[in-house]
Amino acid sequence: MTTVKKIGSAKVSILPDPFEVKQELLREVPTKVARKRAKQVVINKVNDGEHVPEITANTRTIPGIITQRGCTYAGCKGVVLGPTRDIVNITHGPIGCGFYSWLTRRNQTRPPDPGDENYMPYCFSTDMQEEDIVFGGEKKLRAAIEEAYELFKPKAISIFATCPVGLIGDDVHAVAREMKEKLGINVFGFSCEGYRGVSQSAGHHVANNGLFTHVIGLDDRVKGGQFRINLLGEYNIGGDAFEIERLLDECGISLVSTFSGNSTYDQFANAHTADLNTIMCHRSINYVADMMETKYGIPWIKVNFIGSGATAKSLRKIAQYFEDAQLIERVERVISKEMPEVVKVRDEIRSRCEGKVAMLFVGGSRAHHYQELFREIGMETICAGYEFAHRDDYEGREVLPHIKVDADSRNIEELEVAPDPERFRPRKTPEERARLEAAGLKFMDYEGMMRQMNPNTLVVDDINQYETDRLIDIYKPAIFCAGIKEKFAVQKKGIPMKQLHSYDSGGPYAGFRGAINFYREIDRMVNSRIWSYLKAPWQESPELAARYVCD
Amino acid sequence: MEIIERKHLTINPAKTCQPIGAMYAALGIHACLPHSHGSQGCCAYHRSTLTRHYKEPVMAATSSFTEGASVFGGQANLVQAIDNIFTIYKPDVIAVHTTCLSETIGDDIPQIVRKAQADGKIPDGKYVIHVNTPSYVGTHVTGFAGMTKAMVDYFSTCTGAQLEQINIVPGYVEPSDMAELKRMARLLGVKTVLFPDTSGVLNRPQTGRYEMFPKGGVTLDAMSSTGDSMATIALGPTASGPAARALDSKCNVPCEILELPIGFKATDRFVDTLRKIAGINVPDEVNDERGQLLDIVTDMHQYFYGKKVALAGDPDHLVSLTEFLVSIDMWPIHIVTGTPSKKFKARIRELTQQVPHQVNVACPGDLFLLHQWIKNQPVDLMMGNTYLKYIARDEDIPLVRFGFPILDRIGHSYFPTVGYVGGMRLLEKILDAILERKDRDAPEECFELVM
Repeated sequence: MTTVKKIGSAKVSILPDPFEVKQELLREVPTKVARKRAKQVVINKVNDGEHVPEITANTRTIPGIITQRGCTYAGCKGVVLGPTRDIVNITHGPIGCGFYSWLTRRNQTRPPDPGDENYMPYCFSTDMQEEDIVFGGEKKLRAAIEEAYELFKPKAISIFATCPVGLIGDDVHAVAREMKEKLGINVFGFSCEGYRGVSQSAGHHVANNGLFTHVIGLDDRVKGGQFRINLLGEYNIGGDAFEIERLLDECGISLVSTFSGNSTYDQFANAHTADLNTIMCHRSINYVADMMETKYGIPWIKVNFIGSGATAKSLRKIAQYFEDAQLIERVERVISKEMPEVVKVRDEIRSRCEGKVAMLFVGGSRAHHYQELFREIGMETICAGYEFAHRDDYEGREVLPHIKVDADSRNIEELEVAPDPERFRPRKTPEERARLEAAGLKFMDYEGMMRQMNPNTLVVDDINQYETDRLIDIYKPAIFCAGIKEKFAVQKKGIPMKQLHSYDSGGPYAGFRGAINFYREIDRMVNSRIWSYLKAPWQESPELAARYVCD
Repeated sequence: MEIIERKHLTINPAKTCQPIGAMYAALGIHACLPHSHGSQGCCAYHRSTLTRHYKEPVMAATSSFTEGASVFGGQANLVQAIDNIFTIYKPDVIAVHTTCLSETIGDDIPQIVRKAQADGKIPDGKYVIHVNTPSYVGTHVTGFAGMTKAMVDYFSTCTGAQLEQINIVPGYVEPSDMAELKRMARLLGVKTVLFPDTSGVLNRPQTGRYEMFPKGGVTLDAMSSTGDSMATIALGPTASGPAARALDSKCNVPCEILELPIGFKATDRFVDTLRKIAGINVPDEVNDERGQLLDIVTDMHQYFYGKKVALAGDPDHLVSLTEFLVSIDMWPIHIVTGTPSKKFKARIRELTQQVPHQVNVACPGDLFLLHQWIKNQPVDLMMGNTYLKYIARDEDIPLVRFGFPILDRIGHSYFPTVGYVGGMRLLEKILDAILERKDRDAPEECFELVM
């Protein structure tokens, strides 16, 4: 088993030679595959003040490779729009897409009143049949929207295009405009056909564009609260957003909207009235943050509520931004109130987990964020990668100007955004901003995963089943983190596997209480006796010592 | 409550799309990797759903269409996928199913496979088979039926030999059910080839070793030999009929298409058919199992009698389940399937003739309609997949999980619901649900020790 040894105060991983590991991964695959993968499997190197090595990311998946990735529809309907409770989300397509994205992501939502609208337990679909493919499905879509309106009278209906819709040329946007006019409620469509991008990531972008175009900015009323922020890229899986909401509330920070965990349509419409955008999952939501900055003058900062240290740091960053002594003090009070319990559990569990190693292959930010939590209990991540991230999520946002935009990325519209003539209001003057930056607050910045990983760790983009299997054999980690499709193949190898999309059935893992939950969960998994029963007594010692005579 | 008829909007479907059924069936071929020819999201969704249902590795590959492939066709993607799969994962068979995307653009799979063959991408002794499963036609059940038929089309061979064996097409049932059908045939002393066979694939043991291709699944030799069998018994006309009929027309293997052997009457017909074709006597072990099932029915009849039940699921399952419930004097009064089936309604009407209550049947219908019916006419019990738990919670009705998918309980992959033993398990589950509810709701003075 790979271990991390303590040498003095610094920890040095005793890792297999990463160059050999990489060669091993590429040896038996077809040349064309090896050539491509060689650029997506990178040995990490961090030099102060220098770039981390370049990694290829957000490029086409290799056919037949058994990827983790999903599609554009999944990123748009499943990830970004799925967690909002009061929009009727109609999937325009054959039944499957709507069915598979129905309640499967563990996004929790809590209407203030039990009688309030909540459509999340519902799956709405036009269930296109062959005749709709042949003659066009717009008529059916229109009628379906009317039926949904008749039944539920929702404040908004959105339409998600699936693969065949784009191919046969159904115009979901035209239908949306027409029905918006007819019904007098907001109706908007998303061109999120599964084939549009190389992964879910394209769908995030499509969702960002749609929300920005059709919802954000519709309600200018500035609601109460002194320190008003949006939380972007937090989807309330397993109740993460609830824990963050609790902390923000205790700190006296008002949450105008969350994109999109535990969210409502009205929050989105009002989001542009906030004074700061905080980004959890950079990959899935940075587009909306950029556009809100340009159009409305709201700055954004990267936060991370995964890990107690990261949570404290993020709360302090928010307080620092508002430059309010009372807020700064209140945040400190909350941190000092929360930390003792965290430290108590953390230290106890650390004594059992220290030196064990983890591998993380998930999402577009989680494989980075969760390294913090593992580090807090003494576990290093020796090998990690994202499923659908871009280079900036690995190397940091400063590579953005150097990223070559390929044909697949060009498929996704980049909205032209200009300052709103009436509503653009810079929340900070250039002087204030410069002062904050000088004090260490970074705007519009994400440093990426690789800088935070040790040298000689292996970073693998869009890992596949073959590499997963090989890398586990090589590294023998104490725990492997990925998604449901990987879960049981890993566990069949006798290695505990934690899902970091759905958290299995656990959570929350965000914030201080979430950190405690996670420490305990990892302790349960890596220190359980259940993994010791793999061999029956007769398999342990097959030699017969005596004979039973049966005559 | 007035129920407004919906013609265009499906809410809470009681079905999903064809490709997942094709993927499931393909997993029942030994050393086979299912392949989804379309956008990679389809494959990810099907694998995820099957994985959640079985809590087992579900491997499958995809052609990963991007916009380019959608415009120019998926040939290059599929040829490359075939090369990569045979080089990296080394299955014996790749079972390709199409998707709405590749069907809409009109990809011709056999032509692409010929191209792969010509390019030397298919090693000797390895196979690429296919089925067309556009998602806008049929449902997961017909997708399963299609891939099962493809197994016949590609592998069943008539050599002229007359093998003393009977083919069983088990229907869209669980690995545990497939194992149970094989066990029953063994008890009867009948040699069978069961296909597809997901036992040993989707209910594997924890060994500390991951095998890409576990020991389960029908082998190609066995599959090939189905063309020389005495007969085929197809269980469930919707899921198994097409394969059985194809085998009849391809290799002149006569077929009996029966309803799924759920409950004692349908199981009786299965055993009787097997007995007659094989020309054997039914051994006492089988009679004893039947007797045990019946014993539970007679012992506990008071708790079954007159209980109103709502059912949702697939046509083959629902027909047999309805027959079973009616046979023990339960009253299925709301029955919904999302899978269109010509004879379904008539068959259900026939089976529920004696039910002294109005019986609602929808084919196709959805779970929202079922919920509306239940609101208007409450039931004592619901049986169906995990999605019914939302109705169960809203209406405070006990739920027995049955069918696909079951995402929140285990058991279905290990313990069958077919055959006499399966019937016993179903009755145990039904009784548990009903008696648990009775205990919960009993006033203090009527809370019973002995039930």
